Amino acid sequence: MHAHSLQRLLQGCALLLLAALLLGSAWGQGKHLPLARDGVHDPASPAVGLLQEPEQALASFPPDAVGNQVRWVKALEQGIIAPRANIFPGTRVTVLDQDIIMPRTGEMPMVRFPHRQHTEWLDCSNCHEKLFISKAGANQGVNMFQVLQGEYCGLCHGAVSFPLTECKRCHSVERK
Amino acid sequence: MKLRRPFHLPTLLLALLMALLCGPARAEYGDVVLNKRAEKEGMRPVVFPHWFHRIRFRCKVCHSELGFQMRAGSNEVLMVDIIDGKFCGMCHNDRVAWGPANCDLCHSGKPGLAAGIYGGDRTAGPGRW
Repeated sequence: MHAHSLQRLLQGCALLLLAALLLGSAWGQGKHLPLARDGVHDPASPAVGLLQEPEQALASFPPDAVGNQVRWVKALEQGIIAPRANIFPGTRVTVLDQDIIMPRTGEMPMVRFPHRQHTEWLDCSNCHEKLFISKAGANQGVNMFQVLQGEYCGLCHGAVSFPLTECKRCHSVERK
Repeated sequence: MKLRRPFHLPTLLLALLMALLCGPARAEYGDVVLNKRAEKEGMRPVVFPHWFHRIRFRCKVCHSELGFQMRAGSNEVLMVDIIDGKFCGMCHNDRVAWGPANCDLCHSGKPGLAAGIYGGDRTAGPGRW
């Protein structure tokens, strides 16, 4: 067989495989798997069919390529969702508009940590004073090895908030 | 008509790789399975979907007001406390959301699942979550 026809054969096979995959994902009802096929719900459970399907809830939110495939901060800022900030009427809700620059990032761009987006969702006590001491320069132990092990930022990023594959969303400040 | 290289092979391989990455069956990002006790007590594991709850409540409601620690596995959630109005029972009380008598709606997990965080669209490790 000539090298040329072998290449065409390979290309044909690859195209067929791609078509099958695309067709398969179209049959999979969009970006989010139905609960009955998500691997954690028991398809025999009476809840399947009653519980809201992620596709139905999430498909119209600002899209992302990772995580829930939703830009949660954007959805909140644009008023697409309006999650409650407290249940007890007496709870003080604090939003802090302050950025922290973390400069010790090796050859990566520096990290900009925006308090505002975080405090819209979280309470100060979720991070302070156990995970992070609220004093600039006092958190010298933070590094990517720890973060990738689920410590510090990694407690949420990689589990519920955007995953650690998205380097540039945190490492966003170039050194001059 | 003779087709001559109708597409670019590296692009095609990249498209294939992307299609494969989107493929496998997965829980929704941030789904938590609670099964420290459920199956020992004869119930299906609980599936807690973060995505559903964060549309309606900010993190701070459960992780500050209700006292849920953020590390999966660090919360001792007992049905007796939920019925008492603590943890999930703060809302799952037949007023804000379905009450604790609707066992199957929360205890809907696949038998045999280990407790922990499931899902993850692209990062599945190496962290402990």
